[in-house]
Amino acid sequence: MLAKAMNRLGWHWWPSDTTVATVDYEGRARCINLGHCTPACTQGAKASTDITYWPAARRAGVELRTHCRVREITMNEHGMAAGVVYYDADGTEQYQSAEVVVLACNGVGTPRLLLNSASGRFPNGLANSSGLAGKNLMFHPYAQVYGYVDQETDSNRAPPTCLWSKEFYETDPSRGFVRGYTFQFGRGVGPVVEAVASEAKGLLPWGAGHHAAFRRLNGHRIGLSAICEDLPEEHNRVTLDPVLKDSHGIPAPRIDYTIGENTARMMEHGIARAKEILAAAEASDICINSPILYGGWHLLGTLRMGADPDRSVVNPWGRSHDVKNLFIVDGSLFVTSGGVNPTSTIQALALYIADQMKQRLANLFD
Amino acid sequence: MSADDTSLTAAQRDDMRAIAAEIIPASLEFDVPGADDSAIQADIVATLGRDAGLVREALDQLARLAGRPLASLDPARREAVAMELRATGGAAVAALTRVVLQCYYRDDRVVRALGLEPRPPYPKGHVLEDGDWSLLDPVRARPPMWRGA
Repeated sequence: MLAKAMNRLGWHWWPSDTTVATVDYEGRARCINLGHCTPACTQGAKASTDITYWPAARRAGVELRTHCRVREITMNEHGMAAGVVYYDADGTEQYQSAEVVVLACNGVGTPRLLLNSASGRFPNGLANSSGLAGKNLMFHPYAQVYGYVDQETDSNRAPPTCLWSKEFYETDPSRGFVRGYTFQFGRGVGPVVEAVASEAKGLLPWGAGHHAAFRRLNGHRIGLSAICEDLPEEHNRVTLDPVLKDSHGIPAPRIDYTIGENTARMMEHGIARAKEILAAAEASDICINSPILYGGWHLLGTLRMGADPDRSVVNPWGRSHDVKNLFIVDGSLFVTSGGVNPTSTIQALALYIADQMKQRLANLFD
Repeated sequence: MSADDTSLTAAQRDDMRAIAAEIIPASLEFDVPGADDSAIQADIVATLGRDAGLVREALDQLARLAGRPLASLDPARREAVAMELRATGGAAVAALTRVVLQCYYRDDRVVRALGLEPRPPYPKGHVLEDGDWSLLDPVRARPPMWRGA
């Protein structure tokens, strides 16, 4: 239905692989359409890092300590990172010395840790001579639009994402905003989610008409979301909360974020195009969630990568400008958010930085 | 009051049962129980968990609107009170409605009546029809739309 609608409009689309194994692969079984990809994949077909990178790393000798929480990075007299202070699973304070510290706590956790590692030498937080640590926080504001068709859909009987479109990804000045978005198309949802969402939207009545209405909605939903490329704005930021602390007494992150004008225009554009797509698919009862309330899951941009130490926190291969044995390999490196789900890019950056470290081993700290 | 299976008083449980029937009544046409069914009510009460506080708040709101046990009102008045509760809205009523809906639509009898199998997805999974790959032909025929490196 969705593919035919896109073809009617002459717009780009492509099937989604959603990083699941479609054939048995390296000890992982192929996808059998369990449908619950986001929380977990019992089959092991979803390529989450717990069954891809981590087993390989552990076979190579990496020790993984779970349920630990790092409080701060310590420094030595030479201005190099010396190790970390952390709390173990029992809540006991521990110290781990290190030749190199690599951070991968993403766009909120990593700046929080750097800001919590302030010292006499780094009074504004570690690796923060630019003053940018924690600034330029970007999400992916999602504009979600869905409707209902007469035909039955795949519903929740397969990976939730089925198609993508890059039709509106690149900048087109006539649209009134820069950059763009990816459309992510969804198969539908199961009965419980459909009932709760439709009741909240006023589509599902209480009382006598409930059952007939539910049968018209359940298993008939099609929808899509515009994954909008957020831009860096310094007022969107992570700082340390002056009061709130976690269970170990470590200052908690405080998030200040407002959707920018460019992103807001992009979302409106996405909603209008999504309505056209759903109309082409002959869907009715159109519903809009913009932004989706639960969508603050891509945490990006707070320790941006760049060549200029005044305008970035790490250099072009992931090393802190200020601390030469401190590396960052997560979403905080992004300089814009990209209009796509970011995990593959984060993994590519981590692999790139690891390669750079290996190639530069002889003069890594120069 | 704790959030275990005794987190509702007897009067609150009675009102919960009555309002659940107003939200989702039984239907002979669709061969389904109402949300006041005893097994569904037991599921609701046993799994209130973190919603217990809001649900109690909604039931207090309901008790104020009804003035007496909801089940003791005549059908027209029960429906009017239910509609007023829904229109009043708020987080508490939303929580109550959600717990009724989620417990109802995971009941095996209800799931079967929807034409679905009441089973977890693993290990059987699902089989979908193959899509029509020729739909991609016009997309493949497009000129490149990405920026060059």
